[in-house]
Amino acid sequence: MKTVAKTGNEAMAYAMKQINPDVVAAYPITPATEVVQIFSNYVADGEVDTEFVAVESEHSALSACVGASIAGGRVMTSTSSQGLALMHEILYIAAGNRLPIVIALVNRSLSAPINIHCDHSDTMGSREAGWMHLYCANSQEAYDSLIIALKTAEATAVPAIVSTDAFILSHAMERLEVLEDSDVQNFIGEYRPRFSALDLENPKTYGPLDLQDYFFEHKRAQIDDFSKVLDAYDKAAKDYAELSGRYYPALEEYKTEDADVAIFAAGSTADTAKEVVDDLRDQGRKVGLVRMRMWRPLPVEQIKKALTKFKAVAVMDRSDTMADFGGPVFLETRGMLYDSEEKPLITDYVYGLGGRNIKLTDIARVYDDIEQVAKAGKIEKLITYLGVRGEE
Amino acid sequence: MSMKFDKLMTWKELPAGCLIDEPSTSLRFKTGDWRSMRPVWDSEKCIHCLFCWISCPDSAIKVENEKITGIDYNYCKGCGICASICPPKASAIEMIREEK
Repeated sequence: MKTVAKTGNEAMAYAMKQINPDVVAAYPITPATEVVQIFSNYVADGEVDTEFVAVESEHSALSACVGASIAGGRVMTSTSSQGLALMHEILYIAAGNRLPIVIALVNRSLSAPINIHCDHSDTMGSREAGWMHLYCANSQEAYDSLIIALKTAEATAVPAIVSTDAFILSHAMERLEVLEDSDVQNFIGEYRPRFSALDLENPKTYGPLDLQDYFFEHKRAQIDDFSKVLDAYDKAAKDYAELSGRYYPALEEYKTEDADVAIFAAGSTADTAKEVVDDLRDQGRKVGLVRMRMWRPLPVEQIKKALTKFKAVAVMDRSDTMADFGGPVFLETRGMLYDSEEKPLITDYVYGLGGRNIKLTDIARVYDDIEQVAKAGKIEKLITYLGVRGEE
Repeated sequence: MSMKFDKLMTWKELPAGCLIDEPSTSLRFKTGDWRSMRPVWDSEKCIHCLFCWISCPDSAIKVENEKITGIDYNYCKGCGICASICPPKASAIEMIREEK
């Protein structure tokens, strides 16, 4: 283990180097360009054995990844925002064909208006495609998560997206610890694909037409496989913790034991909120934080257990559902808690769209609000657009 | 694993990944009932050039010892490529409506 200084993008590229995938097919897009740019340097310098495929679009990038994965390769790519949107139809094809491809993704808003900065609308828009989703809070976690995600993906044949917040993490340099190459290789092990188109002794048909008679059965089987991801992830995360000393549960709780109210947030904002929690705790206020790390599959039981102990919860959504009912995390969280006898009052804060800065004072104001909700025992304002001009 | 074709499988019996895990399974699916036009082959007119055999997308032209022996209606979908590729001087294949 050694200590280095790396940006989120450099950290993810370095994890890819140590994973040494068979194939990487990618197309550049801000702010994820660096990931594959740095990785292509590793290829050019002979530091990896990867076949690097430069393609003409993200649609082609993921399509090439699908082909390479069906051929039995260990496959990765990287993208962001519009790139993920262009991959959208292939996301379903990769997942449906059980191809454990891993995407190092940087969360960026979707146009229009055109914008290159952080929000979560890209991955939230892809949450039904059948991929595992992990949201990282810092560069260390981005590095570690790619390695854990690859192991989980290959164990379950469910592809994975590991994401960082655009610029806030992707371009900010942090101190992190990296493993030795050999430790990463030992941890991920040799990839043994469940099938390979290059297995000429056992020819198969891949991706055939599937009509009214079988499509539903194939989807049902895929949904069932998805239900096994959470356990496989936790096993991989615990094994990784033994190796690195860093454990990343699907859901993280911070100072929640005796808390009356909590914020439920993802990504870099959750790390920022920890600072606010510390400050407010110094003032004797019983506040906590629950960090959403895995959002596909949903760690339902963990979320229920974590959130039902509070009087009030504020969900922080860095995207909106355009349902006139707040963000996706809010909607799904309320759905998960519906059957719980004891449940908190839940409000939603849609924030940070297009990279709008979220300040410590913004988060402190959210804690002020939910303490008031807890005290009053009722919600005055269900959905708040936090930090936008024209909104109270 | 061997896939079952005599009855519809449940979702628990399917191989993962939408794949068909053995080759040549299309032989078990008689797709000839899709046909609305039927090619009728005339053994008297046929010059056995094998153009139709090499062009048939469903491998439905039956050949023995390099001679055409007929059309396999279990798989012929009636596309008419055989009739159109057949040399005009021979015109050994005629497309007729299936109901006739």
